[in-house]
Amino acid sequence: MNPIKDLNKIFDSRIRLGIMSALMVNAEVSFNELKELLDITDGNLASHLKTLEESDTIKVQKGFVGRKTNTTYSVTKAGDKAFKAHIAALEEMIRSTK
Amino acid sequence: MSEQQQPLDDLQHIKRMMERSSRFISLSGFSGIAAGLCALAGAFVANKKIHCWVKGDCTMEALIDMGGIVLLNDLLWIATVTFISAFISAFFFTWLRSKKNNIPMWGSATIRLFWNTAIPLMAGAIFLIRMIQLGEYELVAPGCLIFYGLALVNASKYTLGEIRFLGYGQLTLGIMNLWSIGYGLWFWAMGFGILHIIYGIMMWYKYERQISTSAK
Repeated sequence: MNPIKDLNKIFDSRIRLGIMSALMVNAEVSFNELKELLDITDGNLASHLKTLEESDTIKVQKGFVGRKTNTTYSVTKAGDKAFKAHIAALEEMIRSTK
Repeated sequence: MSEQQQPLDDLQHIKRMMERSSRFISLSGFSGIAAGLCALAGAFVANKKIHCWVKGDCTMEALIDMGGIVLLNDLLWIATVTFISAFISAFFFTWLRSKKNNIPMWGSATIRLFWNTAIPLMAGAIFLIRMIQLGEYELVAPGCLIFYGLALVNASKYTLGEIRFLGYGQLTLGIMNLWSIGYGLWFWAMGFGILHIIYGIMMWYKYERQISTSAK
């Protein structure tokens, strides 16, 4: 009974954890909002988003606001499940080390 | 030791990010206090105006100039100035706080808070304007309190949850006022003045005090 094995490798980065937290409580969040929230550079954010996207944790919607591109992100069903399991594992770790 | 710390830090990080991205949490206690003081000042001036009108202490020229509607106009002006100054001072302290905590003020959380507060307030404003047109002046003060209370209860889902209790307070006063017609200004001062100040002090005590004492 080792809860660490349940921790999802995808979420071991603080930034990806932050992205997921924001997406869990909002239907969709834009690239710029995430950038402001996490206070990181475009390149850094994009690479973390790519990791999440490739693992089918989040999905991307590309749209336009006027002539500007507006890319928004939301969690997939699998991502929602994985994140909740990750939180449960974190809780379990705290409980077991008490 | 650090093994125990890591998951706890992670959970706190998640909580913080969820709050920052979904609720507008920069609302400062000082905003409540400032808005309350503005309301008290407004109520004081309005009270003087009404007294001057009712008792006839006003100067002769003033009485001649005024034809009934002037008092109402004055009161509307006082209300407008009070509202604008309360809004600006409330905005100022919240802006200061969001700057200090390095939280962007204009995100989707702010827009959501704005609309969810504005919709009940706008509906209330239209309703009250129509009421004034129909001459139902007694119901204006309770109407203000009730619509404002509803707006706060609605807003509580998008900002600090405690604002819900301020909303309940305003609603209670507004409803009590319905059966104490003629004391509108007193209820108005209680709700917009005293309750705001109490709420502001409590919020400051709960969320901002630690920051200011630990920053010494």
